[in-house]
Amino acid sequence: MDAILFLLFAAIAVISAINLVLQTHPISSALSLIGVMGALAALYLLLGGEFIAAAQLIVYAGAIMVLFVFVIMLLNAGAEVKIRRGPWVKFFGIPLLVAFLGLIGYILQNLFPASEGVQFGGFTHGTALDIGRLLFTSYLLPFEVTSVLILVALVGAIVLARKEID
Amino acid sequence: MPQLPIPQSAPISWYLILSAILFALGVAGFLYRRNIITVFMSIELMLNAVNLSFITFSYKLKQVDGHIFSFFVMVVAAAEAAVGLAIILTVFKNRQTLEIDEISSLKN
Repeated sequence: MDAILFLLFAAIAVISAINLVLQTHPISSALSLIGVMGALAALYLLLGGEFIAAAQLIVYAGAIMVLFVFVIMLLNAGAEVKIRRGPWVKFFGIPLLVAFLGLIGYILQNLFPASEGVQFGGFTHGTALDIGRLLFTSYLLPFEVTSVLILVALVGAIVLARKEID
Repeated sequence: MPQLPIPQSAPISWYLILSAILFALGVAGFLYRRNIITVFMSIELMLNAVNLSFITFSYKLKQVDGHIFSFFVMVVAAAEAAVGLAIILTVFKNRQTLEIDEISSLKN
């Protein structure tokens, strides 16, 4: 059952990711990216990451993608114009990609034997309680630094996107 | 009922291979696409792939630390999206184009 769920959501993620790369219109790519993120949230749930799955849906699929779609609409971005690329893209790019993935897959199969699988419920410490406790004890300094980073990003975005005053 | 050739539960390596596939597709999109917004979305895809690796290793090692790192990656991605899209807006305002090949002032 777990394997079937994994294969289902992995297929959704991979097909959406391929669609993201192949689509020429940015709004189609954005919708594909939402598909990837939704499928990944389901996989996080299978791995026992309740909090991260919820954060993935709210922060990534919600907030960040709304920002992307908003900018696409605002700039009225159309489809890419087709240009001719060199033949090396087709003749080297895709085989190299497949060869790289084959190598990675081979190494990973050898590193992690297939005997132990991911069981739903095999890891139950991904709740908001556990994450919050660790975040405010061991990882307090990174957490505070992150808040400063967010503040800087906020100010930077406003400064960059504001209307020039003559 | 015939026995399907898939195991009862997905091995750890499958999750890591899925992560590698998504990361490779993100790199491919980053290199192949020329619309600056799509390039930016490919970066988000790579960040998501790395997050999946973090969560998988968190399961494997039975520690929550991977979730914390994944959380920080999300926060940084949100900040990056805000600043990056503001930069894209500014570039479009100055150049009236989203093609990365035409934005080449730093070349030569």
